[in-house]
Amino acid sequence: MHIMEGFLDPLWCAVWFVIAIPFVVLGAKKVMELVREHPEHKMTVALAGAFIFLLSSLKLPSVTGSSSHPTGTGFSAALYGVAVTAFLATIVLIFQALLLAHGGLTTLGANICSMGIIGPAVGVLIWKLLIKGGVGFPLSLGITAFVADWFTYVVTAIQMTLNHGQSVEAFINFMSNYALTQIPLSVVEAILFFMFGVYLVRNKPEIFDISAAVAAKAEA
Amino acid sequence: MAESKTIYIAGFAIIAVLVVCVLAYGASQEWEFGGADDGAEGVVEEVDPGYEPWWGGIFGDYELPGETESMLFALQAAIGAVIIGYAIGRFTKKD
Repeated sequence: MHIMEGFLDPLWCAVWFVIAIPFVVLGAKKVMELVREHPEHKMTVALAGAFIFLLSSLKLPSVTGSSSHPTGTGFSAALYGVAVTAFLATIVLIFQALLLAHGGLTTLGANICSMGIIGPAVGVLIWKLLIKGGVGFPLSLGITAFVADWFTYVVTAIQMTLNHGQSVEAFINFMSNYALTQIPLSVVEAILFFMFGVYLVRNKPEIFDISAAVAAKAEA
Repeated sequence: MAESKTIYIAGFAIIAVLVVCVLAYGASQEWEFGGADDGAEGVVEEVDPGYEPWWGGIFGDYELPGETESMLFALQAAIGAVIIGYAIGRFTKKD
């Protein structure tokens, strides 16, 4: 989903930055608040960021004949919501833009919007529905990871279509490049997070209570 | 504990089989498995002919050497894996 440097017009770069910045700032504030007021969260926030670091570095082959990488944002989205995920994703995206020439600085805003904000937002929505519907934590976490990953690439396809072609045909082209490739990868990511959910329920179930408490506080 | 171990082993086995199957099929079709991020360049050429990227980034046209790139990706994975491993070590209940 990394839109390459120079592939978005300056106007679109600016638009996505304007949308992204408030989420990132709010996320940074939230992370600092969490670490200060609930030191027991330090480890879990680091863990959420670590998943994004690890999974977004793994380029996997897909059935379309091209390679792509998962996003790893599902865990962070489920536990801490969109703003924190946006902040954590920004760190990873800056690392990749500066050191790996992967993604870019001008397209950073657009990439934050897809990977850190809109994809995870759909994930959070699904997470809440599943938990309310009484689905178990591991399965909910797996499905949330799938959704957050896949929608990230749908958003990228939309972003590229808005800038290039602006037609249904262009959208289908971008979707088959990004989103079709991403389906098997999202499945792999879902399996990983399902396993991690099983692990957490066994060893650290209170993490999910923390998540509920944080969400309740955010709504209040 | 026995039951969750089965789930972990099954999960990693499914992922391994999936990846190997995709690679094996790809090899028979002589797919190159280029990055989808770079593939977008081809789509742009198709739907928006004549578009020129207006900035090449801080390195310009210079392509990072493949060796360095794989090192940096490995570094990124390692940073993530170290933290995850540490957390799992801390979280796991002793029985």
